Amino acid sequence: MHIHRTERIWLTAGIVTLVIFLGIIGAAALTEGIVPENHVQTIDPTKVAETPPFDNPGVHKLPNGAFEVDIIGRIFSFTPNKIVLPVGANVTFYATSPDVVHGFFIADTDINMMLVPGWVSTASHVFKKSGSYLLMCNEYCGAGHHFMSATIVVQ
Amino acid sequence: MVTMMRRENRLVLAHVYTATAALTLGGVFGLLQALSRAHWAHAPAWFDYYRMLTAHGVLMAIVFTTFFICGFAMFGVYRAMPRERSLTLSWIAYGVMLAGTLAAFWAIVTGNATVLYTFYAPLKAHPAFYIGTTVLVIGTWLVLIDIIANIIAWRKEHVGELLPLIVHGIACTFAMWFIATIGVAIEMLFMLIPWSLGWTPTINVMLSRMLFWYFGHPLVYFWIMGAYLIWYNVVPKFYNGTVFSDALTRLTFILLVLLSTPVGIHHEFTEPGISAGWKWLHTMTTYGVIVPSIMTAFAIFASFEIAARRKGRRGFFGTIAALPWSKPWFTGPAFGMLLFIFGGFGGVVNASYSMDELVHNTMWIVGHFHITVGGPVALTFIGAAYWLVPRLTGRKLWGEKLALAQTYSWFVGMAIMSTAMHWAGLLGSPRRTADVTYFGAEAARLWMPETIATAVGGSILFLSILMFVAVAIGTLFSREREEMAVEFAPVDEAAMRTPASLDKVATWAVVAVVLAILAYAGPMHELLSQHIYGAPGMRTW
Repeated sequence: MHIHRTERIWLTAGIVTLVIFLGIIGAAALTEGIVPENHVQTIDPTKVAETPPFDNPGVHKLPNGAFEVDIIGRIFSFTPNKIVLPVGANVTFYATSPDVVHGFFIADTDINMMLVPGWVSTASHVFKKSGSYLLMCNEYCGAGHHFMSATIVVQ
Repeated sequence: MVTMMRRENRLVLAHVYTATAALTLGGVFGLLQALSRAHWAHAPAWFDYYRMLTAHGVLMAIVFTTFFICGFAMFGVYRAMPRERSLTLSWIAYGVMLAGTLAAFWAIVTGNATVLYTFYAPLKAHPAFYIGTTVLVIGTWLVLIDIIANIIAWRKEHVGELLPLIVHGIACTFAMWFIATIGVAIEMLFMLIPWSLGWTPTINVMLSRMLFWYFGHPLVYFWIMGAYLIWYNVVPKFYNGTVFSDALTRLTFILLVLLSTPVGIHHEFTEPGISAGWKWLHTMTTYGVIVPSIMTAFAIFASFEIAARRKGRRGFFGTIAALPWSKPWFTGPAFGMLLFIFGGFGGVVNASYSMDELVHNTMWIVGHFHITVGGPVALTFIGAAYWLVPRLTGRKLWGEKLALAQTYSWFVGMAIMSTAMHWAGLLGSPRRTADVTYFGAEAARLWMPETIATAVGGSILFLSILMFVAVAIGTLFSREREEMAVEFAPVDEAAMRTPASLDKVATWAVVAVVLAILAYAGPMHELLSQHIYGAPGMRTW
């Protein structure tokens, strides 16, 4: 099949750009560990409050100095709804939902995940700046969805 | 031709005007949402924001697009393959689609299905919503059967010939649609419908989401392929142009059949239960769709340039100036093409999982699909309607200047609204949320100017929809009669010969099914091997 010379140049440039782009994504995954949410862990959504770590939600300092924060997102609030962390805290969030699908999004950070009933979601972040961060549910969950938020204070 | 095709024309008109009604009603809900978020108006308790949002999404994304594409597909088939034919199946298909739409619409407006157009379980709507939307999809399968029956009859009389170019594109569009809708049909028939009827107590939420997005992303390519059909086969007629290449047009549609389906998990990057490797695989396949997109960009500009050179115009500005910027049937699709460039840029961001984490479920995503389905797709369908309806009714287009103003104002309104939405999303404003002030939180104050700009753009768009409705109704009752020929764009003389392999749509569809299975076998197996706890349904509205 003959393809016009200018179109050959255009398509070659496009496909080469694409391959470079995909190469960068692949290299970032393999060398820097930049990968999307990778957590495969199920939980009984009807027994969230009795299942560790969600039987004791909140901030937990780990022996290595990092923090684990366990949060339940339910209609239409987060438990706990106020979280205090020190500046520079290296935090891993564990969250789940006992009812419907929720979002878990902290504005001005890269923490953005879905809470799906039956599964545990995780994400890690280092809070470098002090201030008050807004945690929002960013997936529609019902009539009071727009009230579902919490505050993370980094001081 | 109009008199000869009178029976066929009536069916196409039914589709086009059903689509127009959906667009109008959907526009009313869209306006109210934009005003409500900007605190300029408040949704009444008896018809709350989320009910409007559900109606807006279903009417615009599903009803408007599907009816227009099915109507245009039947139009292309009838005109490119003229013969004596029965329209019984065509009308049954239309009736089934309409019945399904009405059932789902009843459930939505009565507040029994405030689950948005993605109907994520375990939000549990009235069975009429799930059954209605499933019936709508089954109606589109009847359209596919109708198309296949017409192609088989045509092939018998044209042994050894290639399918007419537009029919090839239509066949590809509906082959892709069928492969994609199998996913949502399985979700509906085996999961959501029995569960909403109370026959099964719980639901596997992640499985329902994977099946939904197996369908949900190809859905957007169904809209895009509908617009491409018009860009390749109809728009060149408006500037006395040609199709740049028959073979590459067919190749573009075949690539879209192959690459539209094995990509859906890029909508699930931020979800648990699917490991990163499968998400990475779907990132790779998603970017494959760039190839038919850049082929289309080339073909459109090449067609513009060839036509301009024949008129003695040269250079970039000479080419652009040679185009008919005062004809609404051209400016609609042309502004759509322009917006699609930016839609493509945004899509590249969304498909990259590291950047997606910053924009997932924010207003950025809403901006993205408004500048794609609300830009290229809607403007192309509207522009095509200005060309199509006079040819179906034998009446001159009423209010041509108003129609022209409509396409310009849509472009301006969409540029403002979509830019504001993208920007609000980068600042963190969430999508699908009735009120984004969060009790006066500091972070939420950042995105209020963009929320107001969204309402301004949305208001301009609503006025534009009203202009379109005026032209659509005015033309239907216009007294000025005019018989106009229907011709699709011819292939350029300099174009190369088309290999017969590109005409074998059914064979390529089988390859597409194999690719879809390869892309989903791994993540589906991983999901089904987990210890699954079902979730009971809930009505949280």
